[in-house]
Amino acid sequence: MLSSESARANTSKHNSHARPTGRYGAVVSIAKICGIETEYGIVWRGVDEPNPITASSILINSYVSSLQAAPGRSGSGLRFEWDFESEQPGTDARGFSPLGALPPEVESHLVNTVLTNGARYYVDHAHPEMSSPECTNARDVVVFDRAADVIVQRSMLAANRILPEGQEIVIYKNNSDGKGNSYGCHENYLVDRNLPFGEIVFGITPHFITRQIFCGAGKVGSELAADTDEVSFQITQRADFFEEEVGLETTLKRPIINTRDEPHADPIRYRRLHVIIGDANMSEAATFLKVGTTAVMLAMLEDRFLPKNFLFAAPVAALRKVSRDLSLQTPLRLVDGTTVRAIEVQWEYLHQAVRYAEQGGLEVVGEEVGRQILLEWESVLSDLERDLFTTADRVDWVAKLRLIDGYRERHDLRWNDSRLAALDLQYHDLRPQRCLAARVGLRGMCTEDEVLEGTHRPPTDTRAYFRGACLEKFGSEVIAANWDSLVFDIGEESLRRVPMMEPLRGTVAHVGEILSRSGSAAELLDHLASVRET
Amino acid sequence: MQEQEHVRRTTTDRTDAEIETPVANTEAGDRLKAELDDLLDEIDEVLETNAEDFVRSFVQKGGQ
Repeated sequence: MLSSESARANTSKHNSHARPTGRYGAVVSIAKICGIETEYGIVWRGVDEPNPITASSILINSYVSSLQAAPGRSGSGLRFEWDFESEQPGTDARGFSPLGALPPEVESHLVNTVLTNGARYYVDHAHPEMSSPECTNARDVVVFDRAADVIVQRSMLAANRILPEGQEIVIYKNNSDGKGNSYGCHENYLVDRNLPFGEIVFGITPHFITRQIFCGAGKVGSELAADTDEVSFQITQRADFFEEEVGLETTLKRPIINTRDEPHADPIRYRRLHVIIGDANMSEAATFLKVGTTAVMLAMLEDRFLPKNFLFAAPVAALRKVSRDLSLQTPLRLVDGTTVRAIEVQWEYLHQAVRYAEQGGLEVVGEEVGRQILLEWESVLSDLERDLFTTADRVDWVAKLRLIDGYRERHDLRWNDSRLAALDLQYHDLRPQRCLAARVGLRGMCTEDEVLEGTHRPPTDTRAYFRGACLEKFGSEVIAANWDSLVFDIGEESLRRVPMMEPLRGTVAHVGEILSRSGSAAELLDHLASVRET
Repeated sequence: MQEQEHVRRTTTDRTDAEIETPVANTEAGDRLKAELDDLLDEIDEVLETNAEDFVRSFVQKGGQ
């Protein structure tokens, strides 16, 4: 039922006569369903040879146990298995697998759970990872990204209650250990399958190279052997780790554009652009800008609304140059022989987005949220140009630079002093009393109530609602969950799988009433079947 | 192979290792400066007691 009907009417814009039709008019932008997945850094103190997989498992299991023990809980709502049936992380959007490529392995034996807010919380590559529920707009992504941090904070408290005296698990929301090891914060965007992948590659690469100037999380030093002595501070955590322009890898030889073709939705209609290049942000406004501007860019690409493109002569080199240029002045060479600065590229994209908005383009990114994206985008570019440090209330790398450079000057330290590297790490420490990001004056975007609600309630306007609400209400009868299906055990001989191939179906408007009048999973399945028949 | 070229170009081209960042000289900048002084006053209480050990032992397995 959730997958059988076309969601095209929901996902496409309705008033096509008033909208940009693009150069070819063939592809019309679809709702930019988006989400964010964060691999957190983990430290287990007081243990001689800490195993990060064990630590991550303790962290997540402690949280799940604390929920089951909480008063008012049925105690059954969170013991789910992740369903790996439709996981295909090795499928390449280019339609082939390059020789030597290593598709990521699915680690099905590790701790893996789904929360009632629709998120997936699991152990991945020796890190705890949270994948947010599917959201319809960048602001909701911010809420669920913050909710994820709160869940991780609660997990730390729960884990440390059961650990022996003198031991402690500490979580860091960063992307590098400063020694050449990186872990990711990925974004996901729903894209129309009819948009050729090559157009995405050419269209979005310049944005990924230049958006760093407002969404980089900042880092002391460099992790490239060639220039560790020359770089004091750079804009991003991740730029050092990218070596290719396009590719399937995510753990080595990382590409600017990741080609993983695993839509977790109807593969005929949709693509999921899996973005691996971003930093995890402590600043809510930075997360908002990172996701919001990228969603707008992808919508413009679908509508063929970007007449001017920037083809960099050496994209990987440009990415690193931008990350190392705190003055934002470095010219970047284009294939036509001219040069451009990162901020000039961003101004051009913003101006185009304003024209796009005038023609009704923002509907697919959430009309109101879309306008807020453009306002924040304009404001951050203006302020970065006018007076860099006025952006310290929303740009992570500027807030971090201001703190660390201030400390360095006060104590007359060299850039390679351990105390500066320690401040860098502690900026991302998720313990509230130790977190430096919580002290530097970053302004918030969402209320505490929204964030707390986001720790257990799903978004109401995507299929995450159906997933989360079923887990909340019929948790003991859900035996497996995935992005695009739920499996129920209602006591019959065979299990019942409900596919959810349309991300915009399964909303509160769609199934809220059916859920509320169903007293059991069996009733729910009956009601869903009868709706399908009528 | 092409990638190695990129890396070399990055390191030889770059002459801006110590580029100065723009200096804050506006009213908002002054306010931020004052706030920063307050923050720096309290930072030593929060900083890990043995920064060198802390940084050296912060080792993560590579992820995605």
